[in-house]
Amino acid sequence: MTQLRVENLRKSYDGREVVAGVNFALAHGECFGLLGPNGAGKTTTLRLTLGLTQPDGGRITLLDHEVPAHAREARGRVGVVPQLDNLDPDFTVRENLLVYGRYFDLPRAALEARIPELLDYAQLGTRADARIQTLSGGMKRRLTLARALINDPDLLFLDEPTTGLDPQARHVIWERLRQLTLRGKTLLLTTHFMEEAERLCHRLAIMDHGRIIAIGTPRELIAAHIEPEVVEVYGDGADAWSAAAGKQLAERCEKPGETVFCYTRDAHALVANLAHHDARTDIRYLHRRANLEDVFLKLTGRDLRD
Amino acid sequence: MPSLRFLHVWRRNLLVWRKLALPSVLGNLADPLLYMVGLGYGLGSLMPQMQGGGYMAFLAGGVVCSATMMTASFEAMYSAFSRMHVQRTWDAIINAPLTLNDVIMGEWIWAASKALLSGCAVLLVAAVLGLVPSLMALWIVPVILLTGLAFSALALIITALSPSYDFFSYYFTLAITPMMLLCGVFFPLEQLPGAIHALAQALPLTHAVALARPLMNGVLPALAWLHILVLALYAGIGYACARHLLNKRLLK
Repeated sequence: MTQLRVENLRKSYDGREVVAGVNFALAHGECFGLLGPNGAGKTTTLRLTLGLTQPDGGRITLLDHEVPAHAREARGRVGVVPQLDNLDPDFTVRENLLVYGRYFDLPRAALEARIPELLDYAQLGTRADARIQTLSGGMKRRLTLARALINDPDLLFLDEPTTGLDPQARHVIWERLRQLTLRGKTLLLTTHFMEEAERLCHRLAIMDHGRIIAIGTPRELIAAHIEPEVVEVYGDGADAWSAAAGKQLAERCEKPGETVFCYTRDAHALVANLAHHDARTDIRYLHRRANLEDVFLKLTGRDLRD
Repeated sequence: MPSLRFLHVWRRNLLVWRKLALPSVLGNLADPLLYMVGLGYGLGSLMPQMQGGGYMAFLAGGVVCSATMMTASFEAMYSAFSRMHVQRTWDAIINAPLTLNDVIMGEWIWAASKALLSGCAVLLVAAVLGLVPSLMALWIVPVILLTGLAFSALALIITALSPSYDFFSYYFTLAITPMMLLCGVFFPLEQLPGAIHALAQALPLTHAVALARPLMNGVLPALAWLHILVLALYAGIGYACARHLLNKRLLK
């Protein structure tokens, strides 16, 4: 069953098209990632999909409800983890869950039964009566995630769920999200962490300038858009080496800053050549497999987006 | 049919208020008491024709309305703005199956409810001070509610337009303070020069006072329908404007 279908979605602000004809669909139980640089239109796409702003064109079907016309009904079966924490600072951890549950018309008894489960899930069992201000960033994120699950939703929207977290906290969130997909929840997440997308998402779409420019599984995207191996060369001698050897031995070389990136199907020759220079201190190198970040940078460019 | 979903928002605010209910209610009681005792004895004794206690009774009808105005304005500006802009509480609520209009309605009714409590506290203080001669004063309760709805709606308009807390001081300087001083809270409107008197007729607080003061003294207000109509228009049109502006601001 299709949980969410977005067809030819469009939205402009002041004549600038922020979402310019976006199409995708989420199957039941899948984790789908929307990747893109800042300003690519990810958050606007989420807001449109939830019915929080009117589209200029296109069609959205969220859990069998037409959006925006029946967005409110659809939201009853959806959970949302927003980009900025908006936990209620006037309440304790437990009260946050209780009050949020009431917005879904859930009866008090059902909430009282569900809250301990959610506190466990968020590893906040001992902090139930703590004030929000006393929680760490990771705890707040976990509570926001628990809050999004209060109505036992079919579909979860997560807007940059691990931005601003330290690696420990990030790994906990990843593990919690994987548990959800195992339990059959459908997830739609936006991120600009490629590692996050690669680990969590069954499928993903790369967005830029309001359009989806590539869509597929992480492996498919890497196979379709980039050479499988990368040699990064640093140091004062990198430039001269690239001109003399790198450019001949690799399919493609890029030098966005101080580092030369050589993309190739087979790095043997490159690595052998670099091994001759092992004694030199002005050339260092790193040989690795191509990853999603290489695809992302190739498709969206290396220019800064502010 | 209008939805009752706004009650979820109202209840949320009630739950927060309950945590600070005691100091809040004490403030509601102490403020009017200070006004009436301080100004009533202090100024009233200088007014031989009003005979001390007479001025205190006069003042009670005004202070009921000004306290209502103040509470409604503070709640629908500073507190609502915190929830809308700073804490992003509204954002969280509209991700659930509530609409922005449910939230706005909830905030409006909540601010009016707080104002109702605050106005009723003044009424209680006046009764305890022996300034309420008849049960007719109970008609002041719906007047307080209507006044609260009008001022909450106006304050929500300012909230919708406000980039930050600082913006609210314009509204206090240009609207609330002038009304406090020119709408007959502390002295009869007739004492003011003609032009200011005429201007005061356009302001909502004038009409609230015109209803509350006679009722406080056990007299039916003259032209009551007119005063009720003006307050209802401020409430209705103000609310429609606030709703439009908040939708424009938040759902773009």
